Amino acid sequence: MNKFSIKDVNLWYNDFHALKNINMSIPANEITAFIGPSGCGKSTLIKSLNRMNDLVEGCKITGSILLDGQSIHGNIDVNALRKRVGMVFQKPNPFPMSVYDNIAYGPRTHGIRSRSKLNDIVEKSLYDAAIWDELKDRLKKSALSLSGGQQQRLCIARALSVQPDVLLMDEPTSALDPISTAKIEELVLKLKNSYTIVIVTHNMQQAVRISDNTGFFLLGEIVEYGETQQVFSIPKDKRTEDYITGRFG
Amino acid sequence: MQNFKRKKPSDIILFALTWLSIGITAAVLVLVVGYVLINGIPFIRPSLFAREFTTQNQSLFPALIGTLMIVGLSLILAVPLGVFSAIYLVEYAKRGSRFVAIVRLTTETLAGIPSIVYGLFGFIFFGVFLGWGLSLMSGSFTTSIMILPLIMRTTEESLKSVPDTYREGSFGLGAGRLRTVMRIILPAATPGILAGVILAIGRIIGETAAIIFTLGNVARMPNNLFDTGRTLSAHMYALANEGTHPGEAHATAAVLLIVVILINALSSWIARFIRKES
Repeated sequence: MNKFSIKDVNLWYNDFHALKNINMSIPANEITAFIGPSGCGKSTLIKSLNRMNDLVEGCKITGSILLDGQSIHGNIDVNALRKRVGMVFQKPNPFPMSVYDNIAYGPRTHGIRSRSKLNDIVEKSLYDAAIWDELKDRLKKSALSLSGGQQQRLCIARALSVQPDVLLMDEPTSALDPISTAKIEELVLKLKNSYTIVIVTHNMQQAVRISDNTGFFLLGEIVEYGETQQVFSIPKDKRTEDYITGRFG
Repeated sequence: MQNFKRKKPSDIILFALTWLSIGITAAVLVLVVGYVLINGIPFIRPSLFAREFTTQNQSLFPALIGTLMIVGLSLILAVPLGVFSAIYLVEYAKRGSRFVAIVRLTTETLAGIPSIVYGLFGFIFFGVFLGWGLSLMSGSFTTSIMILPLIMRTTEESLKSVPDTYREGSFGLGAGRLRTVMRIILPAATPGILAGVILAIGRIIGETAAIIFTLGNVARMPNNLFDTGRTLSAHMYALANEGTHPGEAHATAAVLLIVVILINALSSWIARFIRKES
């Protein structure tokens, strides 16, 4: 089952051709990793999947991206799309409010007002993000008082609070220490049973450890895309091999 | 053994200059505040706060109320207008659009106009053309135009200082722009906006020229929005100008200073309260 089908996608930031003829399918309930050197387009592609690029001025996209067979462009509600396709960012970005309000913000946005329902959602989201035990006594505390790793798991919980199908993660561990990184990786592996996960990472070991499929990007093109095992052990393209063996990047 | 604590001569000079600057700045403040209080406080008597002004009591009470009314009315007019204009410029308008550039140029120009020009404009437009005469309406509309650029500017700056990651986080959850602005951006920017409001209050309170031209300078409490009155600064100006009541003028200055300090304390208390809430 494919969650996303990406066909002939080209993307420009003004005159800069950031994505060139991208074709790929992202399977449901698996972890797909995007790797590649900085500026290769991997973050741009992930941000196209929930149309966060719409916010960038001068951004133009052609081709088609289908989510469960339905185009995400054209006449659809962008907010509904972003509710279905949640996102976790590179730097933990909790809102400057309490832990509880951070999680409740999403459901409240989508019209849930009942206190008991919100309580359930907050508890379940934090539980699913494996941070309930650490935070259950600190729900009223400001989210900004948490450590970086806790903040990032809080952001994952916040993304889960609106019950998305897909979780996009844009280098979610690049600002974290190794122990927090390990916790997040463990969490991501657990979440793949319920969600389709797309993760951008600079860390090739991380891609090997957690992903089922890996796409290698270079200068806006997708050089190689396949099962992680295959991409890292017997890459088909010379450039992939050079990158994963550390010859450039 | 090398002495790590030894300082170079240039270090010592810089250190001395820094302290000198701090000293001068603090001394000026202490001098002004001290002068006003020492000369003013002995003349503060209960009769200065009598409800009606007479030539005997030289009451500043009507002017105090007039000041609060002008400040309140101007803020009611200018704060929503300034804040929402700034929200439009920062959150909605296309970055670098011509329209935004024109609006910015206009507000910056407005900010640089001397207050007497505002006073003249207010007198002719509100007072004569609209027929409001010398009144609270003319006065507060004039001062609100004066503080509008200030409020827009500080609001814009504080909206811009809210990190984009908050916006991304909110949009990423499927929130629309309006909800993002109202629930996330505006609360985060409130302390900065309030700082601008405090500056604006200071500007209104300190205003005399524009006020005398539009509100007038009659020592009585305005009965309604189209009635004339005076503010503390204008009252002080009148007393000092007549030269017959220098003590009362100093007392008014002291009261004015205390009012400003109280308003600043109140505003920073509100800012703290809002921060705690959000």
